Amino acid sequence: MTAPLTSLDRPNSYIGRSVPRPNAKRLLAGRGRYVTDLRLPRMLHAAFLRSPHAHARIAGIDVEAARALAGVHLVATGADLARICTPWTGTLDHFKGMISEPQLPLPLDRVVWAGQAVVAVVAESRAIAEDALELIAVDYEELPAVVDLDAARAPDAPLVNPAASSNICFRAQLDSGGVDHAFAAAAHVIEEEFSFGRHTPVTLEPRAMVADYEPDSGMLTVHHATQTPYQFQDLYSRHYGIPEARVRVIAPDIGGSFGMKLHVYHEDMAVVGLSILLGRPVKYVADRIESFVSDIHARDHQVKARMAVDAQGKILAMDVHDATAIGAFSTYPRTSVVEGNQVIRLIGAPYDFKSYRATLEVVFQNKVQTSQYRAVGHPIACAVTERMVDLAAARVGVDPLAMRAGNVIPDDAYPTASPTGYRFEALSHEVCLRRLREIMSYDGLRAEQSELRQRGIYRGIGIATFVEITNPSPAFYGVGGARISSQDGATISLTPSGEVRCAISVTEQGQGTEAIVGQIVADQLGVAQEHVRVLTGDTEVTPHGGATWACRGAGIGGEAALQTARRLKANILEVAGLILQEQPGALDIVDGQVVSVANGQVRLPVAEIARIAYFRSDTLPPGTQAQLTVSHHFAPQGYPFAFTNGVQGCYLEVDIDTGFVKLLKHYVVEDCGRIINPMLVDEQLRGGVVQGLGAALFEECRYGETGQLLNGSLADYLVPMAMEMPDIIIDHVETPTADTILGAKGCGEAGTAAASACVLNAVNDALTPFGASVNAIPITPARVLKSLDRY
Amino acid sequence: MKARAFSYFRAGTIDEALAAHADAGDDARFIAGGQSLVPALALRLQAPRILIDINHIDELRSVRREGEWLRLGALTRHCEMLTEPLVAEFAPLLRAAAPFVAHPAIRNRGTLGGSVALADPASEFPAMVLALDAEIEIAGPSGRRCVKASDFFIDLFETALAPGELLVAIRVPLFRSNQRIAFDELARRRGDYALVGCGMIATLDRDRIADISIALFSVGNVPTRARSVEAVLVGSSLDAGRIAAAQAALSADLAPADSDDVPAAMRVHLARVLLGRLLGRLGEVR
Repeated sequence: MTAPLTSLDRPNSYIGRSVPRPNAKRLLAGRGRYVTDLRLPRMLHAAFLRSPHAHARIAGIDVEAARALAGVHLVATGADLARICTPWTGTLDHFKGMISEPQLPLPLDRVVWAGQAVVAVVAESRAIAEDALELIAVDYEELPAVVDLDAARAPDAPLVNPAASSNICFRAQLDSGGVDHAFAAAAHVIEEEFSFGRHTPVTLEPRAMVADYEPDSGMLTVHHATQTPYQFQDLYSRHYGIPEARVRVIAPDIGGSFGMKLHVYHEDMAVVGLSILLGRPVKYVADRIESFVSDIHARDHQVKARMAVDAQGKILAMDVHDATAIGAFSTYPRTSVVEGNQVIRLIGAPYDFKSYRATLEVVFQNKVQTSQYRAVGHPIACAVTERMVDLAAARVGVDPLAMRAGNVIPDDAYPTASPTGYRFEALSHEVCLRRLREIMSYDGLRAEQSELRQRGIYRGIGIATFVEITNPSPAFYGVGGARISSQDGATISLTPSGEVRCAISVTEQGQGTEAIVGQIVADQLGVAQEHVRVLTGDTEVTPHGGATWACRGAGIGGEAALQTARRLKANILEVAGLILQEQPGALDIVDGQVVSVANGQVRLPVAEIARIAYFRSDTLPPGTQAQLTVSHHFAPQGYPFAFTNGVQGCYLEVDIDTGFVKLLKHYVVEDCGRIINPMLVDEQLRGGVVQGLGAALFEECRYGETGQLLNGSLADYLVPMAMEMPDIIIDHVETPTADTILGAKGCGEAGTAAASACVLNAVNDALTPFGASVNAIPITPARVLKSLDRY
Repeated sequence: MKARAFSYFRAGTIDEALAAHADAGDDARFIAGGQSLVPALALRLQAPRILIDINHIDELRSVRREGEWLRLGALTRHCEMLTEPLVAEFAPLLRAAAPFVAHPAIRNRGTLGGSVALADPASEFPAMVLALDAEIEIAGPSGRRCVKASDFFIDLFETALAPGELLVAIRVPLFRSNQRIAFDELARRRGDYALVGCGMIATLDRDRIADISIALFSVGNVPTRARSVEAVLVGSSLDAGRIAAAQAALSADLAPADSDDVPAAMRVHLARVLLGRLLGRLGEVR
């Protein structure tokens, strides 16, 4: 007996199939071509002298000895680059009242964080450039540094930006009304304060670029390890005054980005200027030590939350205050307030209650800039919400899973909106919770937990429901004045030999974008996927688009590919109809062959249509102009965001004598709408969960009192590694969005969104017998032991 | 970051290596596995004029029995601690510590001599060499000498090695049938430097401890013997009360400093927990 046939058994049915990534073998074999691998003729190398102080005035810079060193071609200071590069400011119009100082590639007279690049050297080799850095003398006059969040908010705090009246970057308030009344009427009011440490993305491949300005043609080519080549094409064009058509940004193989590689970094902007000043290619690759003090950091929030529940455990209201510190500037061009903004808008999002009030306070400090990193804001919103739900469940005396089942927005209540105004098309919290109970064997785990406690083994179970923002519309950045596209475009051609070439604006950083685009195109055209070649990441080759961030690759890029492929297919069938003297509607394409719809009879290979159209157009009826290349764009319409949802579970053990936490198993039930490639979705979820687990237990940028990063190396900054990671069990619910034909939503941030919340709840569950609780992330042995009063 | 330029010399014998060092006016470093030195060069924390490669000096290689000692050449790789039968038989404490030393790629290159000569207070082998009352063979411009482990570790990254001297071998007393060992560490991730680690070797007289040597690492500037604890244990059996007394005595042996993520009191607490667990294990294997 064989299994019944499904739609996947049709030829070329790739949507929903676990197809291996076409680039996986090449990358695994070490044949990736990253920016670091690039060696251009006459290429020079840049290195940067960095500030040792968190805040200081630059009284003088002596570069003469460095300039004199053999092999050095250029030593540039802030003033040198300011002559050719216009400043930028990391604010957006829709964040009313936000401020940030203008920024330049290198500072003119003041450094604002320890590690900020101050002087650039360009030399024959990186080693010579670093030799020259040792010969530069900078005369600093130290200024008082604003290090922690509370210090920044103090009334008499030193100012990060002396021209401002305070260290406040941005404030926001949300109020649905009725909050005070709900709290007054509540049977229980739960209060807790949370702190979330800073962490940083730590991509395998650091930031890297080769800027290549060709003075005679005025053409700038930047080979850039970025996820958003079009955004950088626009920025390099505008800030260096080069017409956009003469700026080409190429993103070759990228070793991970996670949101880190879409911000403007001072060194990167400087390298473009250095190439312009020299008229030669200049390479800069951040080493790991530099990455820690110059890649964006993220999180760093302190949240105060209150929740009102009735006697039966029904959530009535939430009232929260989020304060977050973002470094000395707001990041350009996406700002550093999006995370806080999403924290206050996502808190409580899975739950059915009406009264919500939130305030957000974003402050400057003398540290590395924070900005968007995988799951922007979600982990904070989720941890706060889910811990409050657990605390409420304990207060009311309800099981945590039952508490959630009784409070999530019911699956039949859609469309609906959150108290913060997010509009939900269709979510599936109830079915996800039921699935989680099954895959965890929840009741069995509870029994095991209780039995082990008798033997002095303390295990915890944590649950976290979540909502994820994906497929953002122009409401995200465009309305704020950022030239960041929310649409994507594809150009698909039938080649003369009947193969297919798809150039698309979404980009590939290792997650499999090219794989799923190839699947969609092959599926829609009716050809084998090995005959579809997908090109990404070159502004001169691919259409303009938003590229890859905020979980938009599959939902928006995928839909662009689908709609373009359908148009090309119609064009192919039109030519086929002329050749076969049939109505195009009576024909279809299956496995690279034109067939009759009526009986499936094979009529003509697609390759033959291409041959005739390209080489023997004289045999087609007069006036025929075959269009075998189609370009088409898709911008999301309808809902401003495609929200996804899911729930995660965690099972762990706390060693109460050492404070160590051992992760035993992690569970995810996730609904990202139409799944294009289940294997890649599972990879995204697992990778996301691991980053969330890293945040929960390990990752934290620790600073000293003077604003020095204390653990800026991979020996001291702990990223999650395989030995400490649990098995991750994954299950799916599919609720496609009706806003697109494809129905896909994003999945790349779902794992990160809830994993740390789950661990927080599980650790606290394990500590219940001791009356101890932890409210800070990461959950270190020191924090666990402190909560248990063990030292 | 890239290292500053340096010269390179491959020594064929100990004498060649010593002569090259002297020729460079001691602005030189011996390089064996390079697992600590190469990163230090890349970070420009060290910038010697010349690197003297000792990897090809045969005399530094062998592991062999010499009378009542097991002699481990300085070039013995960490991975050989896991695979060499003589280590398993005669120095099981080193064998027990080896899997905790970093990761396989580092163990393939890193050497015992390099680890002991560097004397990182968070490393496993220097502390175990101390626990084993090993002797360290040194070659220098004025000839050969031997230093007891207890005299070797002086302060943070400071040892009895004088400039221009080369660590040749480590000699540890042969393990005996009436001895027992225990080793463990508390590291947040497998392969990391531990928050605290401990190894011990006990000589039993029936159910009593005739002698015991306990060394801890990641507890101060140097690998540290827990002599007060040892004194509490010698002559007694390992019952719960005695283990508790040993744990209580530990604070007299340790004075760690606060670090930014581990307060001193927490480190002492963890050391006490680890000591208790290891003594418990030692009691069980009898």
